[in-house]
Amino acid sequence: MRWPFGPRRARAAGPDALRRTFITPEGVDLRLELGATGARIAAFALDVALILVILVVATLVIGWAAIATRSELLVILWLIGAFMLRNGWFVLFEMSGRGATPGKRAMGLRVVARDGARLTAGAVIARNALREIELFLPLSFLAAQTAQGTADAFLALFALAWSGIFLFFPLFNRDRLRAGDLVAGTWVIHAPGGKLAADIGPAPDRARRHFSDAALALYGVYELQTLEDVLRGGRPSAVATVAATIRRKANIADDGDDLGFLTDYYLALCARLESGLLVGRRRQNKFGN
Amino acid sequence: MTARVEDQPILLNASRFRAAHAADWERLEALVSRIEKRSLRAISDDDLLALPLLYRTTLSSLSVARETSLDRALITYLEQLCARAYFQVYGVPTSAARELGGFFARGWPGAVASLWRETLAMALITVAGAIAAYILVRSDPGWFYGVIPKGLAGGRDPSASIAALRATLYPHASDGLATFAAFLFGHNAQIAIFSFALGFALAVPTILLILYNGLMLGAMFAVFTPKGLGLSFAAWLSIHGTTELFAIIISGAAGMRIGTAIAFPGRADRMDAAIAAGRTAATAMIGAVVMLAVAGVLEGIGRQVVRTDGMRAAIGAAMLVGWLVYFYGLGRRRALAVRT
Repeated sequence: MRWPFGPRRARAAGPDALRRTFITPEGVDLRLELGATGARIAAFALDVALILVILVVATLVIGWAAIATRSELLVILWLIGAFMLRNGWFVLFEMSGRGATPGKRAMGLRVVARDGARLTAGAVIARNALREIELFLPLSFLAAQTAQGTADAFLALFALAWSGIFLFFPLFNRDRLRAGDLVAGTWVIHAPGGKLAADIGPAPDRARRHFSDAALALYGVYELQTLEDVLRGGRPSAVATVAATIRRKANIADDGDDLGFLTDYYLALCARLESGLLVGRRRQNKFGN
Repeated sequence: MTARVEDQPILLNASRFRAAHAADWERLEALVSRIEKRSLRAISDDDLLALPLLYRTTLSSLSVARETSLDRALITYLEQLCARAYFQVYGVPTSAARELGGFFARGWPGAVASLWRETLAMALITVAGAIAAYILVRSDPGWFYGVIPKGLAGGRDPSASIAALRATLYPHASDGLATFAAFLFGHNAQIAIFSFALGFALAVPTILLILYNGLMLGAMFAVFTPKGLGLSFAAWLSIHGTTELFAIIISGAAGMRIGTAIAFPGRADRMDAAIAAGRTAATAMIGAVVMLAVAGVLEGIGRQVVRTDGMRAAIGAAMLVGWLVYFYGLGRRRALAVRT
């Protein structure tokens, strides 16, 4: 069996496709990761679901109270509240310190200014107000179409295609910008609050395996980091497959302890490649450079 | 091939690096998480002073880790932590109260004043639409039904009697007027936001929307004027209408600014022009929503209480003068200060 993923294919559509250079004032490139389209759709769906739940619950409560007290004030409260919920939800949450609605928070996304500056109220309002034409315009054309029947089918179709330009705007540009992002100068990045994964260290009370130079010369950084993923992922089938592949290539006998073997191999390979880094030799992958 | 040997355990750069700095990273992570969850005020003064130092330490850890370590989990963690910390150090929004104060003192009037060309254009389009609809409906009342949807007319059409029309201007029962005003506010504010957003489509739909607004205005005048109620209708409309129509015109102007900035960016980069226009226009648009809330109050309460034509017109005129002074007196200075 081949090494799980070929390096070339991974480079083309891999995680780097969404990475963007972003230099801080200290001169370090943060390599921000843009939010993937799927994650953004999921975040939006989550927000809409939350808004609907709140709206339904509030409507039931206020409706019950309004019937009980016959108060006109409650109806006004509902009208203003519904307006605020529809338009304020995104704006107020994105203006908070987290820069994300609950849906975006759940998906590890946040809204930031493309130039890295402070996210202003004007920018947040602009990006969310444009949702009117991105989403509600196509929806209203759809509603009009179902209401009117087929008499104006061509007109509705044309209108739908026209408004679809705004809806599918993020798919037409490299940075996944919505029309609102474009006008507001913002973009949505993926910055989840992950914990630092544990170090892959050897068990201190166990003797390590020793590997020959030839066995360690097989692989480069790309394979090392794939091995790291396998070890951290801890899927037994992946561990067994990778261990068998390395053993076969390096001509090492199977000693029955796949995980221990891979951990030791990882440490030895990592130490070797790191010492290469110190003298300026970075071996990118198994093909050399 | 393999032999087990007892020797010094291999210490990877990553392991040594983690041991030396992990405490700093974890402290920064805890601080950033606390700020994100609550606010900047949720952390102590000591932590606040430590925040930029920890941020720079972690940033330099990231640089070192990238060059000397091959532990991808470590680098990914540091990248994410640095990005989160960056936006708390450099991208912190000011407090809501200060933001709000700045909006009313400078942002809003300044944004509206800088849109004066577009605002003038939208006002002219409204007037042109009103005159056109007036002439059309006067020459052939059939046009009325082409302009005003049946639900909105509410019996105020060319065939209505003088008494019926007069009754709509001075209603006796005041039940539900406040609710109706709240409904109208929501409806109008949504249209204001919509006409702003439509500006992205190169401003053409915004112009059509504003033109249609003018047509409705003219058509209504064409119903009331021949019955001798033109001035009464103007007074009835003006108490909230000066604020409301002004707000609609401004939101149209905001949309037009976006559309023209994208279509004709001038010397600026098209993207930069769009961003500058978008932020200014959004500020003006949210101001228009505030104006519509004021209009809703005037309509719901003011028109119930004030029932004479003179007072209604006076309040409407006073509101208009107030807005003009606020935008073009206070705001113009601000707009000039921004430009130079």
